[in-house]
Amino acid sequence: MNSPETTSVVLVGVGGQGILLASEITARTAMAAGLDVKTNEVHGMAQRGGSVIAQIRYGRKVHSPLVAEGTARVLCSLERIEALRYRQYLAPDGLAVVSDQAIVPVTVSMGMATYPAQAEDELQRVFPRLVYVPAVSRALELGNVKVANVILLGRLAAALDLPLEAWHESIRACVKPRFQELNLTAFELGRGL
Amino acid sequence: MAELLSGNEAIARGAYQAGVTVATGYPGTPSTEILEALVQHRDEVYCEWSPNEKVALEVAVGASLAGARCLVTMKHVGLNVASDPLLNLSSIGVEGGLVVCVADDPGRHSSQNEQDTRWYARLAKIPIFEPANSQEAIDFVAVAMEISERYRTPVILRTTTRVSHSRSLVELSPRIPSARPIDFVKNPSRHCPLPMWGGVMRENLENRLRDLGAEGSTLSVNRIEWADRKLGIVTESIAYEYVKEVWPEASVLKLGMPFPFPDRLIREFAAGVEQVLVVEELEPIIEERVRVLGIPCLGKEVIPVIGELSPTVLAASRAKLEGKETQRETTALNVELPGRPPVFCPGCPHRGIFHALTKHDVVVTGDIGCYSLAVFKPLDRTDVILCMGGGVSMAHGFDKAGLKKPVVGVVGDSTFFHSGITGLLDISYNRGCSTIIVVDNRTTAMTGHQDHPGTGRTLMGETTIEADIAAIARACGFQRVRVVNPYDLAATQAVVDEELGTDEPSLIVSRAPCPLHERKPVGAQRKVAADTCKGCRICLKLGCPGLEYEGGKPHINELLCAGCGMCEQVCRFDAIHAEADHE
Repeated sequence: MNSPETTSVVLVGVGGQGILLASEITARTAMAAGLDVKTNEVHGMAQRGGSVIAQIRYGRKVHSPLVAEGTARVLCSLERIEALRYRQYLAPDGLAVVSDQAIVPVTVSMGMATYPAQAEDELQRVFPRLVYVPAVSRALELGNVKVANVILLGRLAAALDLPLEAWHESIRACVKPRFQELNLTAFELGRGL
Repeated sequence: MAELLSGNEAIARGAYQAGVTVATGYPGTPSTEILEALVQHRDEVYCEWSPNEKVALEVAVGASLAGARCLVTMKHVGLNVASDPLLNLSSIGVEGGLVVCVADDPGRHSSQNEQDTRWYARLAKIPIFEPANSQEAIDFVAVAMEISERYRTPVILRTTTRVSHSRSLVELSPRIPSARPIDFVKNPSRHCPLPMWGGVMRENLENRLRDLGAEGSTLSVNRIEWADRKLGIVTESIAYEYVKEVWPEASVLKLGMPFPFPDRLIREFAAGVEQVLVVEELEPIIEERVRVLGIPCLGKEVIPVIGELSPTVLAASRAKLEGKETQRETTALNVELPGRPPVFCPGCPHRGIFHALTKHDVVVTGDIGCYSLAVFKPLDRTDVILCMGGGVSMAHGFDKAGLKKPVVGVVGDSTFFHSGITGLLDISYNRGCSTIIVVDNRTTAMTGHQDHPGTGRTLMGETTIEADIAAIARACGFQRVRVVNPYDLAATQAVVDEELGTDEPSLIVSRAPCPLHERKPVGAQRKVAADTCKGCRICLKLGCPGLEYEGGKPHINELLCAGCGMCEQVCRFDAIHAEADHE
């Protein structure tokens, strides 16, 4: 379904984790590389603790902003179990990049559901190619838990074929000047994972 | 220089470039961002949030008759509210171009239904344009405006969730203001649809429809893309983009203005292919026209009528068409994933008033907004949701039918101004006894915190009057009007208990600003003293996301706690207190 040159990326997580920022940076990077880009972001439930999914497609000419199931080159999840919820998007040979951060939903606090205890095992079983990132602890090492999303973005970038300098430009364009160094460091850390 | 714009941002840009000077609307997902983007050009475009969509369109009609180019925005169900002025506008016609932008929601991401706005174009006998991406969103506003002025007709520009909230590359052009002066020329036989002039208006309407249908076959927005002639796909809107992915080899007839139907073009296309397939989201409107023209075709046999389309859905349709099985299957999970349903935010004032209602065996008729979430557990309180303002009127209906159980109607502040007042008048005028609660969080919250007549600020950023809900209720004849602070659970409970016990109609205004909008905590963060806590879990019945529990004792997530203090008030063992160093 994808023309050979079209790449599909899916970013998922929980509202407030910075998925939209990661989507923005990725889209800008593809634009800077001279490619056609389309994105789709679901609005509204993000601030109310809901699941958030952003889809990015880039290539010579992109038609659909939505990713077809089974075609995403990378599925990047900022939350531990959300990757499982959206697993259908990943191509059979695609890469899953998953943060270990667990955000417990209200359904669990209310005793109506349980948060899977063996989530990492399940991730290993479901995704033949998996990078499981202790993103929160790595972010805290850098001094700010809020850059967990950019650490994952770095690892995502390593799996894509967009120019490194374009990534750096996009990060600088999307974050406030006083946070740029921190974000670039987080990005480089992620790339090396 | 290309920019990445969402469909909504692009529509706003298109309106700006096309010389729009008056833009009105009411918030409604997925249309809301259009006016929010357009108001950035406030020096050249007057933008307003009207109390409801009917008023928004009527205001635009006045502006159009004075010669101004206008844009009106709303979601699909909002068009139901604006349908009376729209259908009559079709008869009297416009002066300055008037484009009504309606955002549909196939798949019901955030709506009560997935009604198809294209039916309204047919009902009103007006043209409808459907952009498939952001560049078309910009371009089609200009085409729609030109058609509107040349044919003196209102025009619908229809978008969907996936067009409005997807971003794609666009090229911008400068604004071209309208050369038409602002003026009004008296012409009652044109502007007043009275019976003696209605006949001519009616004829003009049919002629306009016929002429537009003929022009539709030559407009550039309707185009044939010849390719392989075995299969010819007639499609429109975002479905076009999916078709190009799933059937890259097929010939395509892309309809940017599907109504009035461009019959000649459809016939030309059908004659050039072996098999016609109509791929349209939701209703078989184009498909039925193709069949009426005597052209055999496929459509809803393989394309779903329910829900939104996508490349995945159409890949399955293609497989079905070709008699193949879809090969892919998603790996089954060995674990069960907990859901993440939308819930009231930590510190939401609505939690307090609905908590007070849980003590009573009442029927709750609710309405549209953040407070719709009171349907869900653990509050599990709202019983019926219908439409904007319905929460008030339905309560009166239950009462007049003779239901013994008391009924409480709940509406938000924005909803109250939208269409709650007429229901309130009914209760008072027709001698009802309902208890109505207005949950007033001082904003139109669910759609992203827009202003309304009660907030004291306009979309343009000016200070203005604050319409007074309690005073309006008294003016409607309500004697019993109470105002409560929902964060004070005991006081709120006392008022609710008292008002439910009377035979007179009551209005309770539950007032506290939305903390998400205020961007500051309600009060000091709370903490559970694990030693004092007995593990009774009564606090969890509030359903606050800040209270986490995985066996043992509940604890409060300090990243989420908004300091509203409700958990402290419900705790029977005095185990929850403000953090000492926050006092």
